[in-house]
Amino acid sequence: MSTAVRPLTRVRHHEMPAGFDVETIRRHFPALHQRVHGKPLIYFDNAATSQKPRAVIDALTHYYSADNANVHRGVHTLSERATQAYESARVKAQRFLNAAASSEIIVVRGATEGINLVAQSYGRTFLKAGDEIIISTMEHHSNIVPWQILCEQVGAKLRVIPINDDGELLIDEFDKLLGARTKFISIVHVSNAIGTINPVKKIIGMAHRRHIPVLLDGAQAVPHLKVDVQDLGCDFYVFSGHKVFGPTGIGILYAKTELLEAMPPYQGGGDMIRLVTFEKTHYNVLPYKFEAGTPDIAGLIGLGAALDFITDAGLERIAAHEHELLIYGTKALSAIPGVRIIGTAKEKASVLSFVVDGVHAHDVGTILDHEGIAVRAGHHCAMPVMQRFGVPATARASLAFYNTKAEIDALVHGIYKVKEMFA
Amino acid sequence: MSDLRELYQEVIFDHNKKPRNFYKLEDANRKAEGYNPLCGDHITVYLHMDGDTIRKISFEGSGCAISKASASLMTDSLKGKAKAEAEALFDKVHKMLTGEPGADDDFQQLGKLSALSGVSEFPVRVKCATLAWHTLRAALEAKEEMVSTE
Repeated sequence: MSTAVRPLTRVRHHEMPAGFDVETIRRHFPALHQRVHGKPLIYFDNAATSQKPRAVIDALTHYYSADNANVHRGVHTLSERATQAYESARVKAQRFLNAAASSEIIVVRGATEGINLVAQSYGRTFLKAGDEIIISTMEHHSNIVPWQILCEQVGAKLRVIPINDDGELLIDEFDKLLGARTKFISIVHVSNAIGTINPVKKIIGMAHRRHIPVLLDGAQAVPHLKVDVQDLGCDFYVFSGHKVFGPTGIGILYAKTELLEAMPPYQGGGDMIRLVTFEKTHYNVLPYKFEAGTPDIAGLIGLGAALDFITDAGLERIAAHEHELLIYGTKALSAIPGVRIIGTAKEKASVLSFVVDGVHAHDVGTILDHEGIAVRAGHHCAMPVMQRFGVPATARASLAFYNTKAEIDALVHGIYKVKEMFA
Repeated sequence: MSDLRELYQEVIFDHNKKPRNFYKLEDANRKAEGYNPLCGDHITVYLHMDGDTIRKISFEGSGCAISKASASLMTDSLKGKAKAEAEALFDKVHKMLTGEPGADDDFQQLGKLSALSGVSEFPVRVKCATLAWHTLRAALEAKEEMVSTE
């Protein structure tokens, strides 16, 4: 696994058993227990969004039914309770990423907004015409388009690290791209489309020797492996709450204090100010300088509950279980004639992106849906990586810690049905 | 529960496997590209118009069985038809695909195209089936000037 994986030191007391028992885990997720087209739901679309444990749903309900008030404003009891719950969730995110301070945790809508914030605030301030930004072939559109917008605004250029046929970054090519003009690097930690876990620590080391800041898009990493931003040394890290069993509309941007201090605000409004006159406005301290307007209070509290949940389940145990599923699924799918797995990196998260000979991914998706199996069919918001592999689309089974080998068996059975229909 | 066989009728499989008029029309004087950004399906419809009459029609592209079969069936139905007839057919097919109320009675008149009637039960697949038709309309509405086939 990645070098970022490290043992958890925190011991918690919860109803969760000491060992990893997938059936116990599954009981916490109400949405998993339903039938689709008469078949038990098999949810394999976790890279798009994950299901929510009861603890998250309860946290949202509790906030709205008991504590609902605006944060950082009122002197009344409810506002105090809301503020306390909100800020303690920020601390949970800080511990989850092992950030040095909770003021380095900026609350955003998701990974996409986090990247846009960095591109617009850091990028527009520190990049100029002729500068270069390096991304990779396997980026999600959310880590391509914000940089293209910035390039148009300041006259910078986008450079792209190529990948090999297994879907691994060509580090030698990356080394060649690094130069005096390179001013920013933004790389996906784990690929949503093909599952590759990138050697991000190595990339950061190479970049930092040249004093180039690095942003990691961790949207697909945090549900699967322990991330330690201080150990990685990254300058920015973003992730989305809904992919890590939390609510939609909430996400985290981590950034080093000195960078956040140097960056101008992204949006103006309430909460991000200390003093406003018509002549001059003084901005608030970190992290509030970057949090204009009333935030998604319930969302952050829900995310805090989600982070507690997976910390209790144990990210090491989650990674081990998912790796076992990945090995099992890779073997099972590879054994089906006419099925090709796209993305075969040595370091890989539990994503099985595949194509079936002579059958378009949409048709695969519809037929599997009738077997109760939810997969994503399409380009996974990563069109350049699809072009790299010469396929218009793939079907993607992205697994989470609540998935089982029996569900993979059902997927194999479903793929045989697809082949039978299209024979 | 919507039945998978309603969507994937034999005619669909046949046209998916052996799409009719599936080539680039070298002497096209109208063409349009259709693209579904949600899924990446991509199609080009070529027309050779003689005044208001579709003399030749073909298509190219990549897509699922539904989008390919829909394009194939469309090109088969429109050869020799007048522009107004093609537009009328667009309306009928569109109603059938989107399951507009009152569209039911027309299915039989549509001949082989009625094989696409199951699509309306699969809301996420409607766009697959309508892509070729929207592309056709764009090609029909193009100006009279020659469109490059390159």
